[in-house]
Parts: sequence; C-alpha cells; structure tokens
Amino acid sequence: MATEATGGSEHAVGMPQLDFSTWPNQIFWLLVTLVVIYFVLSKVALPRIGAVLADRKSTITNDLAAAEELKAKAVAAEKAYNEALANARTEAAKIVAQAKAEIQKDLDAATAKADAEIAAKAAESERTIAEIRDGAAQAVAEVARDVAAELVAALGQAADAKTVTAAVTARLKG
Amino acid sequence: MEGEVAQLALMGKYIGAGLATIGLGGAGIGVGHIAGNFLAGALRNPSAAPGQMANLFVGIAFAEALGIFSFLIALLLMFAV
Amino acid sequence: MATEEHGSGLAIHPMDQFVVKPLFGDGPIEWYTPTNVTLWMGIAVLAMVALLVLSTRRRAIVPSRGQSVAELFYGFIHKMVEDVAGHEGLKFFPYIMTLFMFVFLSNMLGLIPMSFTTTSHIAVTAVLALLVFLTVTLVGFYRKGIGFLSMFWVSSAPLVLRPILAVIELISYFVRPLSHSIRLGGNLMAGHAVIKVFAGFAGAMGIASVVPIAAIAAIYGLELLVAAVQAYVFTILTCVYLRDAVGDAHH
Repeated sequence: MATEATGGSEHAVGMPQLDFSTWPNQIFWLLVTLVVIYFVLSKVALPRIGAVLADRKSTITNDLAAAEELKAKAVAAEKAYNEALANARTEAAKIVAQAKAEIQKDLDAATAKADAEIAAKAAESERTIAEIRDGAAQAVAEVARDVAAELVAALGQAADAKTVTAAVTARLKG
Repeated sequence: MEGEVAQLALMGKYIGAGLATIGLGGAGIGVGHIAGNFLAGALRNPSAAPGQMANLFVGIAFAEALGIFSFLIALLLMFAV
Repeated sequence: MATEEHGSGLAIHPMDQFVVKPLFGDGPIEWYTPTNVTLWMGIAVLAMVALLVLSTRRRAIVPSRGQSVAELFYGFIHKMVEDVAGHEGLKFFPYIMTLFMFVFLSNMLGLIPMSFTTTSHIAVTAVLALLVFLTVTLVGFYRKGIGFLSMFWVSSAPLVLRPILAVIELISYFVRPLSHSIRLGGNLMAGHAVIKVFAGFAGAMGIASVVPIAAIAAIYGLELLVAAVQAYVFTILTCVYLRDAVGDAHH
C-alpha cells in the first residue's frame, strides 16, 4: 500500500508512522528538542531544584539541631529548678530541726525548773504538815494530861503532876 | 482475474491482521499473571511490596512489549503491506 | 487506503491524527521544514520550562504548588536512577531526566484533543531508544572495557549452557532498542487510534452514540494512566539498561 506523504488535509494513507519521507524531519526536530531540554535541565532547572532541596534539607537539619539544643536547655533548666527545690527543702528541714531542738531545750529547761520548784514546794508543805502534826500531838498530850489531872482530881485524889504526865506519856506511846 | 487476486490478497491481509491480534490476549494473560502474583505476594508481605514496584512495572513492560509486537504486526498488515 | 477504497459504511480514519504536516503551506517535508512535529515538541519544551524552571524561580524553602510539582519530578527520577542504576548512574541523571520529561510531556500533550502525539511515531521513539542503546553500549565499553562483554557470559550457569545463553543474551541485547521504542510508540498509537475509532462510531450511531462516548471517556482515563506509566517504564528501563553499563555486576 501507499506510504508516501500526504500534504494538507487529505486522509492518511497507510500508517503515517511508516512514511519514511517524514523521518528526517522528525528526527531533526527531536534532536533539537532533546538538546534544548537537556541544556535547560542541566544548566538551569536541575541545579536549581537540587540546590533548593539541599537548602531545605540543611534548614531542616539546622532547625532540628536547634530544637534539640532548646530541648536540652529546657531539660537543664528543669534539672536546676529541681535541684534548687531540693536544696530549699533540705534547708527548710534543717531550720525546722534546729528550731525544734531549741524549743525542746527551752522546754526541757522550763520543765526542770518547774520540777525543782514543785519539789521545793512539796518539801516545804511536808515540813509544815510535820510541824502541824507535831504541834497537834503536843496539844493532844497536853490536853490529855490536863484531862487526866482533872479526872484524877474529880475522883478525889490529889494529882501528882509528875505521875500524871508520866502515865499519859506512857499511854500515848502505847 | 487480477482484481480477484487483489481481493484475495486483501482478504488474507485482513484475516492475518485479525489473527495477529490474538497475540494481545497472550500479553493480557502475562500482565495479569504478573499483577496477580505481585498482589498475592504483597498481601503476604505488605512491608516488602513498595520496594518491588519498580520490578512490577518492568515485568509488566516486558510482558506487554510482546503483545505490542503482535499489535504492530496487525497494523503492518492492515496499513503497510 | 483500505478502508476507503472498499467503501465501508463508516468513514473512520484513525490514522489521520498521526499525519506529519507542514505548519505553513503544502510544500514537501524537508528535514528542516517546521511541521506539527516541531510545534508540539516546542510546546513540550515550553511546558517543561514552565514546570521546572518558571515554577522554581523563587527558590523557596517552603515551596509553592508549582515548585512542589517540580521537586516531585526531580525527587522521583533522582530516586529511580539511584535505586535502579546505582550511585554511579547519577552522572546520567540529567540525561534520564531529559528523556523522562520529553516522553511524559509529549504523552500528556498528546492527550489534548486535536493535538499531535510526537511519541506515537516510531521515528521519534526509535531515536530515543537508539540513543539509550548507544549510550549504554559506549559507556559500558568505556568503563569496563572488554569486560563489558562478560554480561553475555552467564558465569552462574553450567558451562555447557553458557554458549547458548550467550547467544540468547546477545539477541535480547540487540532487541532491546526495538522493544523499547515499539512499546512506547505502539502503546500511544494504539490508544489514540482506539479513541478515534470509537469517535467514528459515535458519529454514525445517532442517539445510541452515548455508548461510544462513554467508552471514549473511560478509554481516555486509561490513556492518561498509560501515558504516565509508559513514560515511567521507558525511564526505568533506561535505568535498568544503564545499570549493566555502570553497575558492579551483572545478575
């Protein structure tokens, strides 16, 4: 079948792909196109895109590094804060312990003083009581002697003061 | 007489072109086989599937090329012989 | 032309869209004539410039939408070259990027209605594939010397089989540019021709033409996928071939 070129608007004859008269034309323009594309790509487009991508990569890497640094700083700050907190706690505990010890000391002293005073007062009271008891016993003996003498007299006998006293004393002891 | 021979040649050409397209069925079987096996493998081990996409396409391309050859022969018979 | 000479009822000319026409007048097509090939390749170049150069002119650290797309293309191809062809292959990154951008943009521009698909022409794809073939062969011999031939001598196979395998490997090596170019051109041509055929049905079917129109819409979606996938496949196969030339070992 026919394979020659068709000009203008006629219908294709056979396969236009196998119309070899147009091959030099196509090959020529293809080579021109490829050379143009190759030069535009290798001189302009690809270095530019490659540079942008490399830029972005380094920017991202830098940002990541910066973020990492900030994170490390934050961690350090937190650590310092925690340390300060711990120190303050220890300090406070120390102060509390000191204050407690002082109060305890004061308290102990006051307690001891109070104990001593109480002991002194108790001793005095005991002495007073003993005195009163002694006084009472003497009074009782006196009263008993008098009563005995009176009784003896009432019974009609002469009371010998010496004898009565001795008898009363013996009785009181008994 | 000459006209009859020409008619006969034309008939043979068309029949031949039609027969040549049967080859495309083979290409279809081949491509389907590759894609199906790829899918079966990908479902067994999905993590390995993305790395094999290039091989999948190369395999499909090779299988398809042979079908395209028969299509080309059909076209040649129709238009160029 | 068969469909016309023998008077089928439908006037479908699926191959019309591939005709190379001069832009000005009706003259013969010399090698320098500006044709629709020139026009659409020029548009591809402009699209490439808009996509990769204009969009990145601000060089922003935080990219705009256009710059993100440019970076996406860059990263995609860069990773592909590095993964498939190895670190040594990165020297060829601009070359592979050129191929990818040209094929991808031509495929996509070809999907614009009434446009001309440069990559559907065997002349174009054959030149692209031959460039890859020559590059791989020359670089392979330049870098490895005669050792490049060891990729045909499969040392892991039994000794008896090696000559047979060498012949097979050699044939497959020389078939590479053929399959490489026909795959791309054939896929594009087939898809576009199918759309045209369905469009012809739509013109002849009256009210029932919603069916072929719906089919065209579906095929158009498929063609978008094919355009992208074929550009990807063309590029990744280039990387695979390049690995033979620059990689450490054949496997």
